[in-house]
Amino acid sequence: MTQPVRTATAASTDERAVFRGSALPWVFLLPTLAILAVFIYLPALRTLKLAAYRANVILGTEKFVGLANFAELLQSKAYQQVALQTLIFMLLTVSTGLLLSLALAWLASRPIRGAKTYRLLLIYPYALSPAIAGTLWLFLFNPEIGVVNQILGSLFHVKPRWLDDPFLAFGLVTLAAVWKGLAYNIVFYLASIQNLPGDVMEAAEIDGASPAQIFWRVAFPLLTPITFFLVFTNVVSALFDSFALTDILTKGGPYYHNAGITTFLVYQLYQDGFVNFKTGAAAAQAALMLAMVGFISWIQFRTGEKQVHYGH
Amino acid sequence: MAIKPLTRSGAGRLKKRNDWVTHLALCIAVFLVGAPLIFAVIKATQVSSDVMSAKLLPGGAFLDNLTSVWTKAHLGTYMLNSLLVSVCVTVGKTVLSLLAALAFVYFRFPLKGVAFALVLLSLMLPTEVLIIALFDLVSRDLQWANTYQAIIIPFLASATGTFLFRQHFMNIPTSLADAARIDGCGPLRFLTSVLVPMSWNTVGALAVIQFVYAWDQYIWPLVIMQQDDKQVVQVGLRKLIEVGGQTDWGAVMAGAIVTIIPPLVVFTLLQEQFSKGFALTEDK
Repeated sequence: MTQPVRTATAASTDERAVFRGSALPWVFLLPTLAILAVFIYLPALRTLKLAAYRANVILGTEKFVGLANFAELLQSKAYQQVALQTLIFMLLTVSTGLLLSLALAWLASRPIRGAKTYRLLLIYPYALSPAIAGTLWLFLFNPEIGVVNQILGSLFHVKPRWLDDPFLAFGLVTLAAVWKGLAYNIVFYLASIQNLPGDVMEAAEIDGASPAQIFWRVAFPLLTPITFFLVFTNVVSALFDSFALTDILTKGGPYYHNAGITTFLVYQLYQDGFVNFKTGAAAAQAALMLAMVGFISWIQFRTGEKQVHYGH
Repeated sequence: MAIKPLTRSGAGRLKKRNDWVTHLALCIAVFLVGAPLIFAVIKATQVSSDVMSAKLLPGGAFLDNLTSVWTKAHLGTYMLNSLLVSVCVTVGKTVLSLLAALAFVYFRFPLKGVAFALVLLSLMLPTEVLIIALFDLVSRDLQWANTYQAIIIPFLASATGTFLFRQHFMNIPTSLADAARIDGCGPLRFLTSVLVPMSWNTVGALAVIQFVYAWDQYIWPLVIMQQDDKQVVQVGLRKLIEVGGQTDWGAVMAGAIVTIIPPLVVFTLLQEQFSKGFALTEDK
């Protein structure tokens, strides 16, 4: 008799407290909390502290400079350009990537022969790492011996300098990032398309809706929650996962105006922290990025709350 | 009666044409998505003079290319290191998040909300951003530079894992836990003999994500591992390309192909759990 009541209130975890003991739950939580405290929260706090100091590598001294690192950073032409480049890269990869993967997932969910094979072939590249993606593209677009230029050379007698021309290099990195992210997005879109209410789709079809109408008027609105989720995961991966890709493919270059055109925020952070040894400047960049991630998560949390009603 | 077959065949023809267009679009897409990999596989099998040419026929030099990177460029060592690290991280994350979820779902204790918030908030603090301070901590305070624990231990806690297991446990009827407790079964026994067997799909789905994540690690091993003999394979790829002045692309492609295999195997083995585990969590 009590069972239905219990399941109904299952959402509040306290109702489910079954086992007794006040020390025991902390014992189970200790490994997770200890690792998070030492390797996530402590470094986060230290980042804020480091951002307020300027280290002198030669003398080995540290000087408190307050917000000077931030001020310098925000006024730096190079950093402004890097931030703008990152933003454009992010907008391009997220929009192209999501549109392409939604279209492909939709096509591969049609009731056609071999749909399962198509689906499999489309999601297998999930196993590719950003570093491998960079390696493959570096070879494909090598100006002399790369396959792409050999084909272009024999057909049109052109051999573009893919990695030396700023605009081509930027486009190439964007395309490579879209390619790398496709499989992940397709996995999620396929799962959501398969969970769409079949009766609604059928009703629309019987009422004489065209395939395009069914897609835009029925399926697309029903897929908004997963699209929102993917927009945020893609924004985060454009910000962070792009490091390995650009490090291998372009090394942040080629140079354009004030900075390398494929130098994005994390690459700049790595350069300043581990190549130029400007710890303070790098920590200030990290602090700014933390604020940015916090802001993105806050938006996700808010829109996520609204999406609950829309999705069902 | 006379009209019916006509419209049906009309609709059928339209449907057939649509199917044909869909097939064509999908074939082109699959080719374009797979093209970089196909070229990589072809070039990995050619002798070095063919690799430089426009030739697109597979050759028979794959094993030669592979042996060259495997021993000369230490790919074998890198692969073993990556395998060790990824397995440790995957197993560790699974065990730790199972324990944490057990505490969150089946116990009542003060500050539970705070503890859960601390676990979830860690999602907002990616390693890439913390790397300056983390490097300081691990190399100077802990003296862990160039050790395996430096690339394993910081990644053992998993907010995603804790969250997904918690969701999954909350969908398991409480009566099971009540029965277990009345029978004198402790929480750990309950976890290993009741919860885990009921959670294989979630465990499998998480294992895929976590293995791929650990296998793909790049920036952290790049800065913390200065010694080649403990480096992971993703950073090793960069070294394969940079070796000497002239890159042996056939060998690099062979190396890249081999590097894809472990996550591919894990993905293939757990594909069913992967899809099911996700379908489960999507619904709730």
